[in-house]
Amino acid sequence: MIAVLDYGIGNLRSAEKALVHVGADVRLVSEPSAARGAAGMVLPGVGAFGACVRALRSSGLMEVAMGALETDTPFLGICVGLQMLYEASDEEPAEAGMGVLKGKVRSLSPGVKRPQMQWNLLHPTNAVPMASGGASALLAGVADDAWAYFVHSYAPEPTEDVVATCDYGGSVVAAVERGNLWGTQFHPEKSGRTGLAILENFVRRCG
Amino acid sequence: MRVIRVIPCLDVDSGRVVKGVRFEGLRDAGDPVELARRYDEEGADEVIFLDITASSQGRATMVDVVSRAAEQVFIPLTVGGGVRTIEDATRLLRAGADKVAINTAAVGDPSLIRRLAEALGSQCVVVAIDARMRIPITLAGDDANSADNLGDLGASWEVFTHGGRLATGIDACKWAVECQDLGAGELLVTSMDRDGTKDGFDVELIRAITSSCTVPVVASGGVGTLQHLVDGAQLGGADAVLAASIFHYRQHTIAEAKQYLASHGVTVRPATA
Repeated sequence: MIAVLDYGIGNLRSAEKALVHVGADVRLVSEPSAARGAAGMVLPGVGAFGACVRALRSSGLMEVAMGALETDTPFLGICVGLQMLYEASDEEPAEAGMGVLKGKVRSLSPGVKRPQMQWNLLHPTNAVPMASGGASALLAGVADDAWAYFVHSYAPEPTEDVVATCDYGGSVVAAVERGNLWGTQFHPEKSGRTGLAILENFVRRCG
Repeated sequence: MRVIRVIPCLDVDSGRVVKGVRFEGLRDAGDPVELARRYDEEGADEVIFLDITASSQGRATMVDVVSRAAEQVFIPLTVGGGVRTIEDATRLLRAGADKVAINTAAVGDPSLIRRLAEALGSQCVVVAIDARMRIPITLAGDDANSADNLGDLGASWEVFTHGGRLATGIDACKWAVECQDLGAGELLVTSMDRDGTKDGFDVELIRAITSSCTVPVVASGGVGTLQHLVDGAQLGGADAVLAASIFHYRQHTIAEAKQYLASHGVTVRPATA
């Protein structure tokens, strides 16, 4: 069972339906106890960073997410769900993130329209993700000229965990991977066949 | 890289896709879920469902259509028509919509935009603006036909609600800025003068909105040829171009539209991607 954390923010139905479409046994989890035994965990997120962090914490699901990360359970953060894994965000500097990924979330370049609300071309970095023992598992089977759908005004600082970027007023982090910890700044559940392939990779990783 | 989206719009009445001219005279154009699937396969970047009768007749929004579409279509799905409250919007998002478009209710109570943005995030709040040109009094004679010059001569556009039936007296550009300031994440701008005419977008209207706002703008109303899509992006400055009948009646596929846009200098996601 893959737990999609439902902490009262935004639209989770799209992520759930896309995961079901690629064959996952999905449960929307709003109570910490309901996540017990999950083989994988998805942390979605839309809207503001601070609001998401507070909602995740007050729902009791931040501890659930941290527990999954500590036990190396396959984990996928989507959009603000990825951003919350970092230490902090320019969007609300006073609110700390979970800090499991080093670095901060920064505003997109002032020279471009914000939010980036569009499809964009993914550029694989060809980094070898730590502990993956080879090429990116997140991007397995995804073409080199694949497109994904983005809606965001902020993005993480680049680190060695970045496996894909896009070009939007400069290079922007699109996907990260460190062992079983995966994250996408774009929405795989809304990115057509590219997104479904990534979700399928994740479901496979969950076993 | 700025990538222009191509969005087929499905006007839905009683669970069927319909298409009218200047908001009237509706023809049946098929099953919304089937059409949405076909457009996804052809390379559409997004699909919009507008429940065109909901505002006037108070019918429930088409939660079922949205729910079925969201099980089969994995591109962004925007739903509008008859959304009056946060509960209406939440119901559509829960059914699988990614964004909700509001129009009449937002004009009646602009604070709805802010409340929706706070509750659900700006990224899912689209304000639909239906606008009609006000002909300047000084141009009421023969010069009224010289539409190319209207923008320079101080043309303005008035916002209409209730499916285009009610004039509000509100200036479309001022309203667009207000919507953005209240937290709208996107504006869907429809020219009522052009809707269903196949005469092309009102690029002056689109340009007026895109030059006063920073949020993404979807150009709508009047597409009859693929060149009109290019004009919406290049002359209007739109971030996305919407069309209905040229796609519904198979005059062009989405793939043809994208090839045409790309070969005329507009960056798009290729239909095969």
